[in-house]
Amino acid sequence: MTETVIGILLATLGAGTPLVFAALGELVTEKSGVLNLGVEGMMIVGAVCGFAVAAESGNLWLGVMASVLAGTGMALVFGVLTLTFQSNQVAAGLALTIFGIGLSAYIGLDYTSVALTGIANIHIPVLSDIPVAGPLLFSLDPLLYCSFLMFAAIAYFLYRTKAGLLLRAIGESPESAVSLGYPVIAIRYLAVLFGGAMAGLAGAYLALVYTPLWVEAMTAGRGWIALALVVFATWRPGRVMVGAYLFGGVTIIQFHVQGFGVDIPSQLLSMLPYLATIVVLVLISRDINAIRLNAPASLGKAYHPSV
Amino acid sequence: MNEETKGLQPRLELRGITKIYPTVVANEDVNLKVYPGEIHAVLGENGAGKSTLMKIIYGVIKPDRGQVLWEGREVQVTRPAEARRLGVGMVFQHFSLFETLTVAQNIALGVDEPFDLDRLSKRIGEVSRRYGLPLDPQRLVHSLSVGERQRVEIVRCLLQEPRLLIMDEPTSVLTPQAVKKLFETLRRLAEEGCSILYISHKLEEIRELCHNATVMRGGRVTADADPRQETASSLARMMIGRELPVCEHSVSTAAGPVRLLISGLNRKSDDPFGTDLKDIHLEVRGGEIVGIAGISGNGQQELLVALSGEKPLDKRDSAAIKIDGVEAGHLNAAARRDLGLTFVPEERLGRGAVPPMSLSENTLLTGHRGGMVRFGLIKERKVRDFAEQCLRDFDVRCGGVQAAAKSLSGGNLQKFIVGREILQKPKVLIAAQPTWGVDVGAAAAIRQELIELRNSGLAVLVVSEELEELFEICDRIVVIAGGRLSPVTAAADTNMEEIGLWMSGLFPGDGERERSDAVADASSR
Ligand SMILES: Nc1ncnc2c1ncn2[C@@H]1O[C@H](COP(=O)(O)OP(=O)(O)O)[C@@H](O)[C@H]1O
Ligand SMILES: [Mg+2]
Repeated sequence: MTETVIGILLATLGAGTPLVFAALGELVTEKSGVLNLGVEGMMIVGAVCGFAVAAESGNLWLGVMASVLAGTGMALVFGVLTLTFQSNQVAAGLALTIFGIGLSAYIGLDYTSVALTGIANIHIPVLSDIPVAGPLLFSLDPLLYCSFLMFAAIAYFLYRTKAGLLLRAIGESPESAVSLGYPVIAIRYLAVLFGGAMAGLAGAYLALVYTPLWVEAMTAGRGWIALALVVFATWRPGRVMVGAYLFGGVTIIQFHVQGFGVDIPSQLLSMLPYLATIVVLVLISRDINAIRLNAPASLGKAYHPSV
Repeated sequence: MNEETKGLQPRLELRGITKIYPTVVANEDVNLKVYPGEIHAVLGENGAGKSTLMKIIYGVIKPDRGQVLWEGREVQVTRPAEARRLGVGMVFQHFSLFETLTVAQNIALGVDEPFDLDRLSKRIGEVSRRYGLPLDPQRLVHSLSVGERQRVEIVRCLLQEPRLLIMDEPTSVLTPQAVKKLFETLRRLAEEGCSILYISHKLEEIRELCHNATVMRGGRVTADADPRQETASSLARMMIGRELPVCEHSVSTAAGPVRLLISGLNRKSDDPFGTDLKDIHLEVRGGEIVGIAGISGNGQQELLVALSGEKPLDKRDSAAIKIDGVEAGHLNAAARRDLGLTFVPEERLGRGAVPPMSLSENTLLTGHRGGMVRFGLIKERKVRDFAEQCLRDFDVRCGGVQAAAKSLSGGNLQKFIVGREILQKPKVLIAAQPTWGVDVGAAAAIRQELIELRNSGLAVLVVSEELEELFEICDRIVVIAGGRLSPVTAAADTNMEEIGLWMSGLFPGDGERERSDAVADASSR
């Protein structure tokens, strides 16, 4: 029994982690006032680039780096379009996703039948062998630890540092920030690039850890869920984590249910994680005051300081 | 230069500052000197280029030409952080605050020192005690009144121990009492040796406070004067090139029937940071102008959207608003206009007019009732005639009816919008901040127009933050504070002091309210 529970928990962590990366990255981007709807596109290009580089070089960590760079590169395109040329953020983000899906299919043509051994779980002598705590805490894969670190770092950055305060302030009122003398566009660029790097990492996790192979459109809408997570988590990192693991958990449970051969069409069951995540988050985030306090007021609006 | 400053080195000197925007020369060859301990006024109409000049000093905007000298040395101020390092502090006309952050966090973003909110909060406490500017560092800015927000900006400057403090139109948001307190603080700062650049278009204030004045018009300096030696009218001549226009105002003759009746209007604001309306009672009769005074953010927006019909009330509250005796609370804006109500919103571009569309297209926005549309088709001729009449009758200066709304100056666009509404022969006119951001000449024309409307029997309700304006045109005045209305009083029976006190929420309670609604109910039946 404990075996099964531990198995489900581990699988939940694994299924939730791509969302953790992607949603935390998008959260930072949106906190600066920029809405990047291209998460899905950045994520899938990250996935295919990571997989291709890992397959060619045989080095999984080179693959992870390639994913991060690919995600950042996609974000840079978005940044140039929306921050330098002031084009519409919604349109540019949608275009980025469509572009990313196409581009990844093209890059991935030669890799659809390649098999890789994914990034292995770590093993710490003694610690990893403790019953229950060992497998749950001390023998996960390195990227999973990385996602925990990212969460802690982002939460600390946003709520404990002046730079984080400034990022939130810019998301609320770029006009005020400019009159105080802050370089709004440059800071928004950094936030957008960070979001891209994190989406790339999410792609790496999918293609090099979670299911170490390349399948076209393998992100399966997770980028969109990440976007929804950010909104329904009212832009708070802790709630993003809850939402991500909730999604992961329901995904795993519905797999098990399908495995038992319950008489529900599998398509309906596959819907469940998406539905459950959104319903739960909507329910916990109905407090309009909390939304007003945490939502970046300038989100999605082009801003160009005139000097 | 006057006697006190002769021989001293100016703390700040501007030489030949020029700033050119694509459409307008905002500053042209501006020279200015400010001495230590001097309170120096920069006087000018809306659009004269005052804010631009101040932002140049503070390093927010780069001038195209000209020199800035700080204590005799030429400096290049390219960023506000550099200005702050020199000792320049600025309180912006449109505050540079972040609503969802606390006072201490806001201040932390505007001072250049290591990030330590606890230490900063202590220092905020010290400075605010020292200058009598009470502030709670933990409060969120959105919960502060406008006056308190200004205090945040001032304390933020004072923390840096500035040697030059720039105040851009600081009193436009304050009650007369709060203005007095602000002046005390500024005088005290000046005595301590701080120079102050005081921007305003209010002549009396400048005569009371400032030692020197630089007058600007159309981006240029038109005069340097000692305001204590000048009269308001001589300053006005320097500022606008002629006498201040005044409205001809006679006491309202017999009040007509009640055209607009608000009784027991309660409403929670949609915006969690907004103000809830509590038990609003008011009547406006034909042939009178009623003014609603108050500091912005006290429920004006909520009241206006409830009255205009942009956010209609629930069906069961529909009796709370009656237009010409008809229950209208649940009706939308179009249906209310059909009953004879018109509304001139505060935001001219976007709410009063569609910015990129021509004036003639903009007349359709509310004028479509007057036979301009048949079978869903626009009758171009009729629309154009109407627009032309509007431009003619109301002296709108622009490139004709095909000019885009956004190409008009604030004053002309406002005259157009007011004209468009008036030509539709309404029974009730509600105007929000009718002369906000409008030049003095156009403002006087608009006020005169409102008075003439009143004389022709219309019921006029004006919501304004400018007390002078309300006293100039209103027959009766009421104050909105914290979502409540004060008692209504005849303008002749009160004064700015009393209204100012009421604006801070201190007015006699419901017991003394004019129970006019009972009478009104009877007369409207
Ligand atoms: N960023 C800008 N771009 C173009 N024109 C501007 C800009 N800022 C101000 N202006 C114009 O410059 C002129 C001076 O504006 P401003 O300095 O704000 O005047 P004031 O503060 O005296 O009312 C106005 O005509 C205004 O429309
Ligand atoms: Mg100004």
